[in-house]
Amino acid sequence: MSAVPLIQGLGLGAVRGERVLYRDMSVSASAGDLILLRGANGSGKTTLLRQLAGLSEPQAGEVERAGLHHWIGHTNGLKAHETPRSHLEHWARVWGSAADISDILADVGLKRPAEVSCRMLSAGQKRRTALARMKLVDRKLWLLDEPFNALDTDGQGLLAEMIESHRAAGGAVIAALHGTAPVQASAEVTL
Amino acid sequence: MNPAPLFSAFRSSLSEAWASGAGLLLPLGFFAGTATMVPFTLGSEAELLSRVGPGVLWLALALSSMVTLERVFQADLQDGALDLWLQDVGSISLVAAIKTLTHWLVSGFPLVLMTPIVGYALGVPFEKMIPAMIGYGLGGLVFFLWGGVAAALSAGVSRAGLLIALIALPLYVPALIFGVQMAESGLDSPSFLFLSACTLFALGVAPAAMGEALRLAAE
Repeated sequence: MSAVPLIQGLGLGAVRGERVLYRDMSVSASAGDLILLRGANGSGKTTLLRQLAGLSEPQAGEVERAGLHHWIGHTNGLKAHETPRSHLEHWARVWGSAADISDILADVGLKRPAEVSCRMLSAGQKRRTALARMKLVDRKLWLLDEPFNALDTDGQGLLAEMIESHRAAGGAVIAALHGTAPVQASAEVTL
Repeated sequence: MNPAPLFSAFRSSLSEAWASGAGLLLPLGFFAGTATMVPFTLGSEAELLSRVGPGVLWLALALSSMVTLERVFQADLQDGALDLWLQDVGSISLVAAIKTLTHWLVSGFPLVLMTPIVGYALGVPFEKMIPAMIGYGLGGLVFFLWGGVAAALSAGVSRAGLLIALIALPLYVPALIFGVQMAESGLDSPSFLFLSACTLFALGVAPAAMGEALRLAAE
């Protein structure tokens, strides 16, 4: 299965001011992989993930992706005027998804606050909305920045389950993580 | 390119503009309020008002563009929506253009609709109404597009209002000059063509500039 990587970053490097965050960093993920990026605060986990996602230009090295990916950053991408339902409907239209939004909302435990404006939602509910977004269209690669943050035990279980079934279906996940998480990584990258 | 993402961007920013600006009433009230202020500042001499009033409304239009655009891209940067757009859609430039044009529709276009009423109140002769409306329409597009570039450039700055003004105001000047001249001399004057050229130039160049600026802001 590991013949064709879904994403491959070779010799990546990043500089913050005058400090070299990391150099010669290589990360790749193939079907079924869960790669965890580990490191202290400020060690460059987010920077590396953003380089892998193509959001920032690597100062050294290059990244190759086989296709589109799902991204969850430490901000969830929700607009203040949106509700979880309107957020999902918006991205379903953008991505041409025919998924049943009500089903997805029920899956992630957002049935009740589905019509509540995002500025009223808790951090965990916002994160659940972002997770729900990944169910709209099937994309092989998930890039997640501290995805377990703000989630309660129940939500963490939900995300762990999502990750496992995604891997079982031939997907790959790269996640930056500082604490423990209820998932078994196939590899860890320490920054 | 598939138009569905752009249409969805339009719908989303329309509801964003609506939610943040109390709908259409706010811009209408803003322009009406400005028109009401003019006689107080310049005196109520009818001839003076009809000559100077439309010019003051140009300033109101410029102000409204900068005030409404200040938060547009900053919010996208802060709430992470920009990251999603950057990765997913082929062209962030088009999405940015749609966003600014939507805000023009909500906050700039109302002046065009109000021109007959406001113009009547200021004593603008009837034959100058149509040129004024077209002028506010074309000029407003220029203001909002360049204002959008300034807003995208300063998306990462926390209090960007003054910076936006500093970047955008010089870019407003050509459209302002031709717009005011056109209101004076009518549609068959060269000013009309020059104003249209300003609008076309902004339509062609500003989206690309916004796209690049937003890409930089996300880094």
